[in-house]
Amino acid sequence: MKRLTPYLLILPGGLWLAIFLVVPMVFMASVSTQEGNVVDGFTQTFNFANYADTLVLFQTQFLRSVGYGLAGTIIAIALAYPIAYWIAFKGGSRKSTYLLLVLLPFFVSFVLRTVSWKFLLADEGIVLAPLKASGLLPEDFHVLQTSVAVVGGLVYNYLPFMILPIYVALERVDPRSVEAAQDLYATRSAAFRKVVLPLSLPGVFAGVLMTFVPMTADYVNAGILGGPQNTMIGNIIQTKYLVNNDYPSAAALSFTLMAAMLVGIFAYAKALGTENVLEAAAR
Amino acid sequence: MRKRKLADRLLFGYVWLIIAWLFLPIAVMIAFGFNDTQSKSNVSWQGFTFKWWGRLDEYPDLTDAMINSIQLAVICVVITTVLGTLMGLALGRYRFKGQGATNLIMFAAISSPELVMGASLLSLFVSTGVDMGFTTALIAHVLFCLSFVAITVRARVVGLDPSLEEAARDLGASTWTTFWRITFPMILPGVVAGALLAFALSIDDFVITQFTSGAMQTFPLWIWGATRIGVPPQVNILGTLIFAVGVAIAVINSVTARRRT
Repeated sequence: MKRLTPYLLILPGGLWLAIFLVVPMVFMASVSTQEGNVVDGFTQTFNFANYADTLVLFQTQFLRSVGYGLAGTIIAIALAYPIAYWIAFKGGSRKSTYLLLVLLPFFVSFVLRTVSWKFLLADEGIVLAPLKASGLLPEDFHVLQTSVAVVGGLVYNYLPFMILPIYVALERVDPRSVEAAQDLYATRSAAFRKVVLPLSLPGVFAGVLMTFVPMTADYVNAGILGGPQNTMIGNIIQTKYLVNNDYPSAAALSFTLMAAMLVGIFAYAKALGTENVLEAAAR
Repeated sequence: MRKRKLADRLLFGYVWLIIAWLFLPIAVMIAFGFNDTQSKSNVSWQGFTFKWWGRLDEYPDLTDAMINSIQLAVICVVITTVLGTLMGLALGRYRFKGQGATNLIMFAAISSPELVMGASLLSLFVSTGVDMGFTTALIAHVLFCLSFVAITVRARVVGLDPSLEEAARDLGASTWTTFWRITFPMILPGVVAGALLAFALSIDDFVITQFTSGAMQTFPLWIWGATRIGVPPQVNILGTLIFAVGVAIAVINSVTARRRT
């Protein structure tokens, strides 16, 4: 009985995860090689051409998504690192208050926050209209419907997922190791480069994992802040599934997207150990 | 020394600049709930009014969507908290075969993009002819919240001092009594944190819900639908109310956490 306890504890949740994570993937794999349409129904024909066809057709959106994801991730690292550093080393007794301030905006619905950005950045909105009226910006200047708006929205929406893991990694750095480096005549910048930075890299890696994947698969930001020239692969998949009911090619696209990400994720997990990444993700 | 102070001060200013940036759209959201707009669209500032607060229930389908969101989140929290606590206990307390596989599945559940998770569930439901609605959305919500709860609880279980349970058993307490009198109260903060996290994740979710809810609408889905025809001020007010509740919970949580330690 004692030996069975962990299995009994894990069973209900484990089954839920296995059934609704693994089984649907199998169904999606099956759907991705089917042929047909909504009216006549779909039949399994092992039509692997779905993959080649959609990849050729939507390679622009695929590349754009990866590009936006990369740009967003890099900007997020640049913005997040100094904040995480300051909270971890200079936050003192107010650390948790600062973390709370960083997280509070995220109590507001993701979609609603993005819509608010749309108001803020609108051509005649509360930011651009006065600037244009005072002649600081030309009349035809606009931010919405550009890649800047989409990448900006991505960075905004996923920044905390970069700040938190970096903070967790920096928090674990013992300040005494920095002092030791300085006692050994390291300058401030050398101590940072040779001690703090390497120790914080697992946090950066976790942050990349937590931001690059959802950014690349995101379609809300491109849908609300971008225009027809900024559609990402997520927008295509979403439209194919929910508007056109073109399940086979949508499934093929989803699978290609996931395959690309899984390769990255497993390389990461292998390099870091899943335990570390999971812990950083949970905080 | 002086140079160092300057760098610190610059960094401090930067931190507040980013915090201000993070709050900017929130401020806009709150402000536009008081906007005296004449049409359904609510984009430019036209003066201050309280009138929308009295007309919160003007869009019955918006009210229904809000109720759906809350119901979904509450039931999701109940299921995930029970299942996630059990998983967290097993993972934190015992070494057993299949532990690595469980960790891997949880890792996959957290790190796979919501879009792919939603799309694959849709494939399952379409292929098996299941009618999509509240139940299918609930299945999806439990799926993506469960691992977060399990990990939060596991962290708490790992930090427990086993000698307390041994002491209880030495004093003749049964396994059941030991659990409810000793273990459970000690992991409770982790369970509560996990439950709050699950509630926040569920009530905010857009992507997976859009793929798995069929014709049922939730608050985020209603906003997405409204972006094309104009978002009415009532949406901003409901957003403000959710924000206020979130802030209250966070403050209460951090105050009680401070008192405990």
